Amino acid sequence: MKNLLLKALIRKPLTEAAPAGGDLAELGRTLEQETRRRLGRSLAIRQVDAGSCNACELEIQATSNPYYDLDRFGLHFVASPRHADILLVTGPVTRNMEVALRRTYDAMPNPKWVVAAGDCAIDGGCFAGSYAVLDGCNAVIPVDLTIPGCPPEPAAIMKGLVALMRGAGETALRGKSAGFRPRSGK
Amino acid sequence: MVEILEMIAAGQTDFRTTPMPRHKLTKAQWEQAADDAARGHVSLLGLWATRGAVHMALMDPNSHAVGVFSLENRRKGFPSVARLHPPAQRLERSITDLFGMRAEGAEDSRPWLDHGAWKITTPLAKAAPREGDAPDYDFLPVIGDGLHQVPVGPVHAGIIEPGHFRFTAQGETVVRLEERLGYTHKGIDHLMRGASIARGAELAQRTSGDSTVAYGWAYAQAVEAALGVTPPPRAVWLRAIMAELERLANHLNDIGAICNDAAFALMLAQCGTLREQVMRAAHAVFGHRFMRDVIVPGGVARDIDSAGRGMLEGLVHDIARDFEPLVELYDNTPSLLARTVGAGILPVDLAAQFGAGGYIGRASGRDFDTRRDLPYAPYDKLVFKVPLRSDGDVNARIWIRIEETRQSLNLLGELLRSLPEGDVLVPVSPMKEQREGLGIVEGFRGDVLVWVALDARGRISRCHMRDPSWFQWPLLEAVIEDNIIADFPLCNKSFNCSYSGVDL
Repeated sequence: MKNLLLKALIRKPLTEAAPAGGDLAELGRTLEQETRRRLGRSLAIRQVDAGSCNACELEIQATSNPYYDLDRFGLHFVASPRHADILLVTGPVTRNMEVALRRTYDAMPNPKWVVAAGDCAIDGGCFAGSYAVLDGCNAVIPVDLTIPGCPPEPAAIMKGLVALMRGAGETALRGKSAGFRPRSGK
Repeated sequence: MVEILEMIAAGQTDFRTTPMPRHKLTKAQWEQAADDAARGHVSLLGLWATRGAVHMALMDPNSHAVGVFSLENRRKGFPSVARLHPPAQRLERSITDLFGMRAEGAEDSRPWLDHGAWKITTPLAKAAPREGDAPDYDFLPVIGDGLHQVPVGPVHAGIIEPGHFRFTAQGETVVRLEERLGYTHKGIDHLMRGASIARGAELAQRTSGDSTVAYGWAYAQAVEAALGVTPPPRAVWLRAIMAELERLANHLNDIGAICNDAAFALMLAQCGTLREQVMRAAHAVFGHRFMRDVIVPGGVARDIDSAGRGMLEGLVHDIARDFEPLVELYDNTPSLLARTVGAGILPVDLAAQFGAGGYIGRASGRDFDTRRDLPYAPYDKLVFKVPLRSDGDVNARIWIRIEETRQSLNLLGELLRSLPEGDVLVPVSPMKEQREGLGIVEGFRGDVLVWVALDARGRISRCHMRDPSWFQWPLLEAVIEDNIIADFPLCNKSFNCSYSGVDL
């Protein structure tokens, strides 16, 4: 363990060595500025899998690995919807998850935002039209931002959160009823 | 007993290259087969229905010969296999929900996939509109002094899939865990019906995202067998390269995540870094981090060039170098071992009874790996070790995965060295008659089985995909008994069963 820790001290951090380099660094700065300006020092995200194939979950988990390190921007995942500002939804929203998704949303304090991550959460993706799914998150709760992809890559998830931050401040000031709905292009 | 085994032996063909024949059983023979499975004379690989019929895939545990058996002309129900052989239970409950056929004599006839939220019932049979509200789900009663229940899910604390766990505890100790799954049921079997071969491949590779390649390959095997197509050697090699990359990525991720669930975050950061390197290499070489839609029936959709090959060789070298210090770290951290050693023990007899695949079975004495025991190209030409232990605790499952990571690195090196030249895709066309095929592939989690029936136009009339987790989830209920609730995340992560793969 000593060697590993020593190595970690000496070597260049992986976080800077990310291949999306310039892009990612720029993204991080913008994200940090926006977060601080709008909502203080941090923003809490609650993730709900509403029937995904689990690939989206793996990529969301990856945003916390040393290459992306989402936490450094003040964005972190929380266990309870009561602590959350953002609901990050994946999956086509199965009918079997409809109630759980709605209850999670209802348990979050205002102001709150919903991000539909992945093609399934946007419109049901390749499962659209099945008797068992509701063809996306919008059928149950209002979506503020969509992040396309099957699954979206970790960098795309981070980019999506920046886009949300830009709009989030305005609704935070005016109250959720203003109904800000930016949508990223699919 | 002899009868079923003889039928398996008599019908034995290379099921990966030719259509899979089905043995039609009488009701008595069907019951005999269930009894044989219960006694361990045959292993149950799968149980599924088509309209008016039920089918079982069985394997001779000694010769590893595989046969598919059918009981036809059953409209209302079929003799329960689970009555004698409990591993079939959830498969039967799913058949009842989807096809409306009852498992006669089954002890547990509660619904499984149908939570009462669909607008229709029995979607794969003559679907009928649902009438009235769904009754509450009856969890198994628990009687005793000082017991309390802890319901968890379907929405979990972490970034994981949804499922409900009902713990009954006495103090901190779990006396019973009951799982309730089905929350991610997307109706994949229904979407498969009438789908084109290409659409089927799309759905198969989105059934359990972490096993994209394994599902894509098993589906392709089934379709190719049904239509008598042999993919070119280079395509088969590329499939194996992708399959080993997938195994590597998942093992690395999970070794880190298991240790993280024992509050040893350093390992997650280190392993997460290695896993990310694998994902990035997969993206650079195969165009997608999960290598989605690369495997297609007939071969693979894209080739790799010498630069891609060089990049993968570099990856193998780097991971092999960086992984060993982490193994040492795991082995030399007593506070971590104190959590993993002796936690969540899966007894050898239960692993054998359920035919548990993957690292779960191999950590509990079940010496089975599809790549070696039901070999398919290119693994029939490769040398690799299948690790085996019998202690069956969290620690054993970690060590199996450590050893499999090493084996995958070796295999990748060998596959890259011996990659044949040539085409990577041959055309796949319908045969103007009904055809059925079977595919079995060793995913990182265990054996993925796909059975497909194609009509004369090459459309899918039925596709059944059996995730390894069907025979692993029930064992988690047994494993957690007498452990403390706080160790559940640790035990659960050491199993890492798929929700989406079994909910379909």
